[in-house]
Amino acid sequence: MRVAYWPGCVSRGFTPELHGSMAKVAPLLDIELVELDRACCTGAGVIAEHNQELADTLNARTFALAQQVQGAELMMNICSTCQGAQSECQERLDANAEYRERVNSNLADEGLGYEKGLTNKNFLWLLVEEIGLESLRAKVKRPLSNLKVGPFYGCYIVRPRSRLGIDTEHPRDHYLEQLIETLGGTVIEYAGMRKCCGFPIITMNKEASLKQAGRHLGDAVDAEADCLVTPCPLCHLNLDLQQPLAEGAVGRELKMPVLHLPQLVGLALGLEPKELGLSRHVVRPTSVIDWSTSVVGAAA
Amino acid sequence: MADLDDVHRPPEQFTLRVRRYDPESGEPPYWDEHTIELEPHRSVLEAILQARDRFDGSIGIRCSCRQAICGSCGVRINGEPGLACHTHLDHARDGAGGGTIVIEPMGNMPVLKDLIVDMDEVHWRKVQRVTPWLLPSEPAPEREYIVPRESMVDVTQTMACIQCGACVSDCLAMEVDPGFIGPAALAKAYRFVGDPRDQQQRERLVDLAQDPQGIYDCTHCFKCVEACPKDVNPMGQIMRLRRIAVDDQQIVDRNNGERHEAAFTTLVRDYGLNHEAELLSRSYGGNSWFGKFNPRAAKELVSSLQIIVLGMLRGKMSPKLALFGHKIPSGDLKAVKAIYEKVEGREQRYELNLYVSGSDEDDQAPASSTSTSPSTSAPSTAQGGSDAGGVAEQSAEASAGATATAAETAGAGAANEGEQA
Repeated sequence: MRVAYWPGCVSRGFTPELHGSMAKVAPLLDIELVELDRACCTGAGVIAEHNQELADTLNARTFALAQQVQGAELMMNICSTCQGAQSECQERLDANAEYRERVNSNLADEGLGYEKGLTNKNFLWLLVEEIGLESLRAKVKRPLSNLKVGPFYGCYIVRPRSRLGIDTEHPRDHYLEQLIETLGGTVIEYAGMRKCCGFPIITMNKEASLKQAGRHLGDAVDAEADCLVTPCPLCHLNLDLQQPLAEGAVGRELKMPVLHLPQLVGLALGLEPKELGLSRHVVRPTSVIDWSTSVVGAAA
Repeated sequence: MADLDDVHRPPEQFTLRVRRYDPESGEPPYWDEHTIELEPHRSVLEAILQARDRFDGSIGIRCSCRQAICGSCGVRINGEPGLACHTHLDHARDGAGGGTIVIEPMGNMPVLKDLIVDMDEVHWRKVQRVTPWLLPSEPAPEREYIVPRESMVDVTQTMACIQCGACVSDCLAMEVDPGFIGPAALAKAYRFVGDPRDQQQRERLVDLAQDPQGIYDCTHCFKCVEACPKDVNPMGQIMRLRRIAVDDQQIVDRNNGERHEAAFTTLVRDYGLNHEAELLSRSYGGNSWFGKFNPRAAKELVSSLQIIVLGMLRGKMSPKLALFGHKIPSGDLKAVKAIYEKVEGREQRYELNLYVSGSDEDDQAPASSTSTSPSTSAPSTAQGGSDAGGVAEQSAEASAGATATAAETAGAGAANEGEQA
């Protein structure tokens, strides 16, 4: 399938291994990524906090660019925060025709306009709803046997439920568990899996921010997870990049590797840890997980 | 008719698993299970009361109105906060995967007994913290204050709060920082900051921005938005407090709140994309390229040195990216800048609140319907760079206004501490 692909800023900035691993995984899933390289940052809620109409206009511009991609079935992102920020703007734009017109008039100089009803899915949702778990299972070359994986969603992709289309038919707040099982891994449930990583207040209250990250990582350690997986690069920054400081904030050793979603999928599809950028993490998954027994050794 | 059929469904058995704890007993908490019989449309509260009446008179639960108005019966049902009287038994059973309904006291507050938590110690103390009463100009008018109707519409969402504490229960910032003023109290703060009769808007905002546990301690997790049974959207109110503090009052706080917002917004204008390294240094040192040389930024740099070095070594960031960032193509950057100029150049900031305006679909009316048009919803009352009194003065002068009572006591009187078993 062909998708209008919004990679976000951080996946091309401080977590380049995310964008890189997505590019590696996409062809294996027959996803053609048409990158929206003309689009700008979603604002991550901060621009909306500053000026709602400005954030809505910037995102409407991205939506309009996505709607121009020939043959694309939908727009896809790889960042929980992008999904949340975009869904919030889209909710307002779709709810009110007059407001949509007002925002579109801000785009008129460029000849762009957003038409109500864009489908915008995070890679996680696309995997489950478009590709399907059964067809994904058929593609698994190296089941993640004996790998105990803790999901970490990121707030923006699980709340608020109604805005994000989470209901009994679409239990999107349980897709990570379904996915881990499909890839052959073992799901580790722990207290912090749908809580906040603390990243949004890292510059405002660093201690509280790191405590949040440290607690969830510690919960995962106590639940005996081998690693975590997250669809959010901002969570990844606080959980992985900041982990040495988070250890200090909660006063315990953590050493918990955190994988990006496409990395976990890529491993199961047979890609090598190095091509997926796993060596770029602060807490190197290879230093904790013995891939020769827990993953590679279990090859089908 | 489906609803009527629902009401006429016969009683069914439901099993409740209730967390019991009496701190005065010296015994640890334990779980109790009771199977009750009620029609599926009845409430979880009715089920708890039946269990208390039939099996164990010592179960502690606080309740009063039983119709989602008094806010007394906040509990956690299957791990999620809510009003026991406002949750149908069949829905609660569905939420439990068809099995036992788990009922616990709310979080972030000490348990007094079983399902009763100490609202005074946490919730009410925090509400008192934000001066929850009107601070009008002196002298007060002889009769009522006259304000334009639109200027009050803006605060109706926060006025819907019934002080049940559900948002406090699940606040993730409070979980790690118990001193955080929190969602309920800050939503209450907006109720007065947004009130055209209040004369202390700036003072209130300076106080809440400078407090390390004030508006910038909110971690933006949407827990309170999800928890609120009245759609108050506390997090949204906190964001509005920040917006007015930064963009109208230009309050520069010691928590990097204003600098972070300014830096983020400016960097996206200038690069199209976020420039993480620059965002960090500017959030501490000030919103310009020179921000990184400010002592505050240098101090932060030193405390994060370990992370920076590790990140560089692992190839997470290249020195080039850290210094120069990444940009979208120049033609698009120009378009983004033009959008900034157009939208930020307007005299009044525009805000669509779906709580007030509803959506076209809700109304089943065409977009031209006047009742849903943004122009009749509440546009932000704030004006760029205006002084604190601007809104209220403008309000007082309006001739065709609605009235609002001068004796506003929305703070203390809203909730009803009901019966305690």
